[in-house]
Formats: sequence, structure tokens, C-alpha cells
Amino acid sequence: MSTDLPTDIVLSIIQAVAILALSPLVIGVIRKVKAWFQSRRGASIVQPYRDLAKLFHKGSTVSQNASWVFQVTPYICIGSVFVASLMVPFFVTRTLGFIGDLIVVIYLLAMMRFFMALSALDTGSAFGGMGGSREMMISSMVEPAMLLAIFTMALIGGSTDLAAISMALAGSGIDLVRPALFLAAVSFFISTLAENARVPVDNPATHLELTMVHEAMILEYSGKDLAMMEWASMTKLVLFLTILSNVFFPWGIAMDLSVLAISGGIIAILLKILVLALLIAIIESAMSKMRLFRLPNLLTVSFTLALLAVTSYYIL
Amino acid sequence: MYAELLFYYLIVSLVVGSIIAFVLHPWPRYAILASFTIAMTASVAGLLLSIEVITTGSVHIELYSNMFFGSWGLEFDRLGGFFLLIVSLVMTSVSIYSIGYMKEYEGKYDLSVMGGLFNLFFLSLIVVIAADNIVLFLIAWESMSLLSYLLVVYEHRKEGVAGSGYLYLVMTHLGTALIIISFLIMANYSDSYSFSDLQGIGGAIPDVVRSSLFIMLFIGFGTKAGIVPLHIWLPSAHPAAPSNISAVMSGVMVKMALLMLVRSYFEYLGVIDSWWGLLILIVGSISALLGVLYALQGTDLKSILAYSTVENMGIIMVGLGASMLFLSYGLNSLSALALIATLFHALNHAIFKALLFLGAGSVLYGTHTRDMESLGGLVRTMPRTSVLVFIGVMSLAAIPPLGGFVGEWLIFQSLLQSFNIPEIGVKILIPISIAMLALTGALAAALSVRFFGITFLSLPRSEQAAHSKESPGIMLWAMTFLAILCVGLGIFSFWLIPYIDVVTTSILGVSTASSIVDGLVLSPGNSNFAQMAPSLIGVLMLIVIPVTYAASRYYGGQQKKRTSTTWDCGTPLNPRNQYTGTAFSNPIVRVFSYIFRDQTEIRTEYTSSPYVKKRISYHQRIVPVFEKYLYRPVVNIGMGAARRVTIIQTGNIQAYLAYIFAILVLLLVIFR
Repeated sequence: MSTDLPTDIVLSIIQAVAILALSPLVIGVIRKVKAWFQSRRGASIVQPYRDLAKLFHKGSTVSQNASWVFQVTPYICIGSVFVASLMVPFFVTRTLGFIGDLIVVIYLLAMMRFFMALSALDTGSAFGGMGGSREMMISSMVEPAMLLAIFTMALIGGSTDLAAISMALAGSGIDLVRPALFLAAVSFFISTLAENARVPVDNPATHLELTMVHEAMILEYSGKDLAMMEWASMTKLVLFLTILSNVFFPWGIAMDLSVLAISGGIIAILLKILVLALLIAIIESAMSKMRLFRLPNLLTVSFTLALLAVTSYYIL
Repeated sequence: MYAELLFYYLIVSLVVGSIIAFVLHPWPRYAILASFTIAMTASVAGLLLSIEVITTGSVHIELYSNMFFGSWGLEFDRLGGFFLLIVSLVMTSVSIYSIGYMKEYEGKYDLSVMGGLFNLFFLSLIVVIAADNIVLFLIAWESMSLLSYLLVVYEHRKEGVAGSGYLYLVMTHLGTALIIISFLIMANYSDSYSFSDLQGIGGAIPDVVRSSLFIMLFIGFGTKAGIVPLHIWLPSAHPAAPSNISAVMSGVMVKMALLMLVRSYFEYLGVIDSWWGLLILIVGSISALLGVLYALQGTDLKSILAYSTVENMGIIMVGLGASMLFLSYGLNSLSALALIATLFHALNHAIFKALLFLGAGSVLYGTHTRDMESLGGLVRTMPRTSVLVFIGVMSLAAIPPLGGFVGEWLIFQSLLQSFNIPEIGVKILIPISIAMLALTGALAAALSVRFFGITFLSLPRSEQAAHSKESPGIMLWAMTFLAILCVGLGIFSFWLIPYIDVVTTSILGVSTASSIVDGLVLSPGNSNFAQMAPSLIGVLMLIVIPVTYAASRYYGGQQKKRTSTTWDCGTPLNPRNQYTGTAFSNPIVRVFSYIFRDQTEIRTEYTSSPYVKKRISYHQRIVPVFEKYLYRPVVNIGMGAARRVTIIQTGNIQAYLAYIFAILVLLLVIFR
């Protein structure tokens, strides 16, 4: 445990709330850039906030077949994403990292997926089962790649605690940079696309149920529950982008509590997330969604890159 | 003194329990009540004894000092105490559960036989753990196998049960034969039949013999543990047995193999060669992956759970292999870490697997079917069972902060420490094992979603499911005990791990508790590498979820929640619209079709017009790869050889007399 627990708690809560609050903005940016590619002006980048606010003010309709699993899932999703954000450094390398490391973060997000898939099956509709089964297939193939990427970063940074890796990499300039870092980063980026239902794995803007993976699981939700499920998914994406930025390329993050460092850290992370959001928007506009059974090919590429990352760390 | 009293009570009460069961044969209900209550008191005594042994030290009672093959006694060392803990926890719950569950069999099968056999089976498990003489151990091991066989074929009139029992019998004897040979060879080198004289015997054995002993013990005990490719008996025997027996077999009996493997490799043979640990690691990873893949295509509730046992035993073997690997490179504290992770996961698996099997038994009790494709909607008709099974399923899927997750996290962390190994070939092989373990974990989550979602959630797919009834209270209480343990083992892992460390210190001589546990935090390796506090994760979730609930109710005001039908695109929904178990796992089966070699067949029945279909049926057949490509050829070769040898059986008595005379002359010449 760190020596300065109260500061850590305060900073972690601030960072987690920041991630939660910022996520609709990031989604708004991605949608705006996609609209530009489609020669449209697109909705305002704060539109997702308005959408969530509108949903919170609406009543909800619950299926008569649903059980307590369906009712409890939105709260568990927000809960697990929030607890995971407590362990991820956002603008400063101080987190509640002693509670959980990167593996715990991945498994907390797996808990979110577990409950979502169960609630999808709960309502008795065919779409839910379809979304759930596809999601479990995709996630099972993403896990090995993600864990190997984590292992690579643990080898490079000397720890699986996210803040510790950030601090180790950012504090040592380019001493610790290896080719393994870039290979692992690319692999993790592909895993990010797969885990967060972005093109080419899943189209988040589709309205055709037969093409849905993630959307099909939350099809039956409405009102406040839908708001929470959407918000949790948005936050999961921003969480992954934060991990990608602060674990793989943490330079710029604040390592002490001076005003200069903190403002530098805030600007750095916002910039990095903006760049990644642009990258996602460009990929979504340039590529089409892959056919479901072509996905194992893509995910095997991600796995191979991660395996090469670990091997190259040992050999090079 | 206290410990010895408990020990005597344990043995005597089980013997008395089985006798009472047979004596009360004309009154089956009382036979069950008496025998299982006695079994429960015995398991409580075992629990207290195991705690005493782990905290204070070994307990020994001498049975016969001058028996043939040396002196026979029973001794619980700390490792034995740990496994006694596992046995007692599961047996407590199963005994209570059986009192309610055996009502299923009233009037159909002999209840007092179940009670008597159960107590004797429990006794054989105790003697297997505690025997300090090789011959006593082998007798107990064989009794354990035979008693479990009798319990597997308990429902002997049911179709397929006799075949499953026979397969189990053959496979377990294959294992037992190799075990007998190995132990007798080791006893030959130590000139004694006592286990305490076998300690460190590996040093006196030449290398070739040591390695072959390693292989023989691995195959021998691996058969009992259900390691691929020796696992084929597990998915047919565990489902065929009555559910309370399946819980004991999957939860406890497979762990006996783990116990003997730890003893044989760490205490008797001694771990020197690194390829031993590496082989176990690789076989364990493959076993885990194949186990979970085959579990995903099963539609029988209990066969899914049985394959999941194969998967978890694979994970346990990965931990064991990692521990041996570290030890062979002299990294003793890392070896201790891996061994602690292995033992911790074994404990967790026993608890949640027993809970799940008892849950499957409750489902069977309430619906009289084990077929997942006919179930559904049980969350409404059997609400309490579904909550308890949900906890077990969460532990299976490694959801934080439950015990299953903490065990898997510890095994991952011990594998991540592999960068300390000096040899580069091994260092590159371990990440592949990590990847396979990660794949297994994610597929296990898919398995749990499928298991719980199709069986319990949404609409009932058959009349039996729609009219199911909740289990009797006594069965629910037994399952609640295990469910509380599932959660507690994760949240209180920081308290439990130092005790497991005491156990591993007695084997490896290295204590790592001070570096693993730091207050509420688990930090394997050193505190700089990784940290986790499952208790705090649980506390955080308990704080954040109600806060979220309150915040969501407050923001946007109180909104109406109305109930309506599920979105059905305009056509009325019936249970046939929802996903079946086969459909849910179909994407995964298709992705891994190289392993499954599935063949699907779609048959369509038409009415008079070719455009109006009356019925479409989908058949999916999975080729049993191991039976077809490994066992069938071996069996055919054996039968072929046997057929050739029968030529000498002419039926002519003069021929037989001539054979006897020839052999006699040969023996006199050779062994004069």
C-alpha cells in the first residue's frame, strides 16, 4: 500500500469521475468525425450528453419474462466500470492500484460482459441470445491477446499495476522502449476495437438486429437502465483508450502533484485520447464491418502480434 | 489428545454409520437419516481435525505395528490436513443435502445401500489421505475406486449407467496398475513399505528409473484426475452417478490424485529435472482448453460440469507444473507461490463444483430432466436454487471478487513470474501457456453464461420445466453453506493464504506468506509486481452499486417502470423463439471446428408445396476424437492380439497338460 492513502483515494475518485464524465464527449467526437467523412455536418459533440439526460427522464418498459438478473445488470455495469477506473491512471500516476492490477481491470470488465450476456438471455428474445453468443465468442478470442499484451507491459514496466508501469516508462525516458512495446500496443488496439464493439468487429450504429453484437444485448433496455448501459459502454471504451495511452505511451503523465505536472498530465491524456478517437473514427469510416466468421482471422493477427511482442522482448 | 480424539471419532463414526445403514435396511428413510447424519458429524469432526493439523502439526495414530508389509498407521501431515479440509467441507454439505435428495430414489432403489456405501466411501477417502504405509494406501485407493464405481452404477436400471460404470472401472484400474508398479519400485529402493522412508528416495534412484517413475505416476494419477487424454471416463461416470455422489467425485476424489502427485513429486522423487514441470504445464494447458471446449458443446447439465472439472484439473496441473518448474531452477519462493496458488484453486474448485453439482441435482429433483434444451425459466419456479447456482456459476467464470477469480489470478501471477527462469526456451513457452489459460478462462465465462442463461433464465422450453418445483429446505441449506464459502474464500483469501503457506512450507521448506499477503492486500512475487485486495473490491462494489441506484433514481426524477411483452417484431413469442444451448455455443463450435470435427445435418420436411416447410431439424454431431483415434485403435490391437493368442486354447486337455509341463521345465531351468 502506498504511504499517502488519503491523497490516493481522492485522486483516484477524481480520475474515475473524470473518465466517467468524459466518455460521452469522446463518443461525440468519434461520431462527429465519422459524419465529416460522410460529408455531413453531424450532431454536436455534446449530443451524447443530451441523449443520456433525455433517457434518464424517461420511463422504462421491462419484459415480463425478465428476472432480477435483468434489473440488476445496469447497476453492476456502472459499478464494475467505476471500480475499474479507480485503478487506471488518468492524468496522474496515483491510483488505488493496491486494490487491483491490470488483470483485475480486465476481469472486472469481463464481469460487466458476463452480466450483459445473461441479461440478454433473460428476456427470451432471439436477438438477445444471438448477441450474447456472438459476444462470448469474440471476447474469448480477444482475451489471450490482451493477457499477452499485459504480460509484455508487465515485463517492460516491471509490474502489472497500471500506475507503476506508467511511472516506470514515463520516468525513464526512452530507456525502456523496446520493439515489444509497439507490437503489444498494436495488438492491444485491435483488442480495444473488438472489446468495445467498433468496426471492423461490430458496427455500433447499426439498426439491423442481425448485424448486431453488442447492441443486440441491450436491445430490451429502455429509460434509465438504457442510459446506464450506454454510459457504461462509453466509459469502457474510454477506459481502454486510457489504458492504451497511459500504459503503452505514458510520456506526459503527471508523476508528482505540482500544478505544472498535473496540467501537463491533463493536456497529455486529452490529446492522446483525441488522437486515438480520431484513429477509431478514421478506421470506422474507411473499413466495413467484417463478416462474423472472418473475425477469428483478425483476432488471431492480434494474438500473433502479442505473442511476437513477448518473444521479441526475451530475444531482443 | 484433542486431535487424536477427533481422529478416532472420524474413523469409528464412519464405520458405525455404514453398519447402521445396513442394519436399518427395512426402514429406508431412517437408514438415510441415520447414516447421513453420522456422516455429517464425521465431516464436522474432520473439519475441526484439519484445522488442528494445519495450525499445530501432524497427528498420528497407529493401527497395527506388526502387520504384513511393515506397520500400518494413519497420519495427517499438514498437506494431508489441507486435503482433509477440502474433503470435510464438501462432505458436510453433501451429507446434509443427501438427506433431502434421497427422496428421489425412495421405492426405486435401495436407500440403505447408498447410506452405507457413502460412509464407507468417505472412510476410504480418509485412509487414502492418511495412510502411512504403501500397502494400506493401495488398499484404500482400490477401495475408493470400487466404492465409487458401486455408487456410480447406483441407478443401475437407467440406460447408459452400466456402460459408464464399466468404462470408469477399466480406466481407474489402468491408473491403479501403474500406481502399484511405481510405488513398489520405490519401496524396493527404500527397503521399506512406509511412506516416511520414501521421503527423498529420488536421490537413490538412477535417472532413467526416476523419469519413468515420473511418467508412470503422472499417467496413473492423471487417470484419476481426468487429464486429457485419460479423461474419457469422467464425462460419462460423473453424470451417471447420483448428483450428491457426482459432487463428491468431482469435488473431492479428483483432488486425491493431486494430493498424491504433490507428495510423489515433491516429497518422494524430488524435483530436479525441469522437463518434468514443463511437461505437466503443457499437458495441463491442453487439458484445460480441451475440457472447456467439450463442455461448451454438451447439453446434459452434468456432463457440462464434468468437462468443466477436466478443465479445472488442467488449470491445477498448470499450477503444479509451474511450481515444479520453478523448483527445478532453484527459485524456491516462486515455487511456493505457484504451489499455494494450485492448492488454493483446488480448494475453490472443490467448493464451487460441489455446489454446481448439487444445484444440478436440485434441478433434476424439481424437473426430472438433465437436458438443458428442455429447461428454462427456472429462475421463477426455483428462485432460491437459481440464486445459489448463480453464485457457483460466478465463481466458475472467475468473476471478482469470488474465490474462483482469486485462484485464477494467483495462478496467472505465478506464471507471469516466469521471467525469472534463466532458460530462454522455457521462458518463451510459458506465455503460450498463459495465452491458453486466458482462452480457457474466457471460454469458461462463456460456458457459465450458457449454463445459467439457458437453464434458468427466460422461458421454459418444456412442460417439465414449466411445472418444476423448488427443492426442499434441507437441500437449499446445504447449498447455501457452499455458496457462502464460495464468496468467503475470495473475500477472506488474505486470511486463508497464510495457512496454506504453512502447508507448503512443510513441503518446500520456504515460507512466502510474508511476501504474498500484506494486510488486506495480496501481492505475490514482491509488492512491486502485482497487488490485489479482493475484500476491498467487494466492499467497493457494495458501496458503488447502491450509490448508483440512488443517483439514478434521483437524477431525472422517479420514472414509471411498466411491464410488457418482449419485442417480438410483430409475431407472438413462444419458447421456441429463444436461443437453445446448441445455438448459443454454435459460433464457438464453428470457430474451433478443427478440434470438434462437427458434422451438421439439416433435415427439412415439406408439406404438399415445396415452398411451405412443415418442420426443419438441425442435427450436430461431434466426433469423439480421443475415443475414435486413440482408444479404439488401442482396444482393437488388444482384442486382435487376444484373438491370436486364443489359438493355443484348443480345448484339448492333453494340450493343456503339455503346456504346464513345458512351463514347469522352463521355470526349473531358469530359476534354479
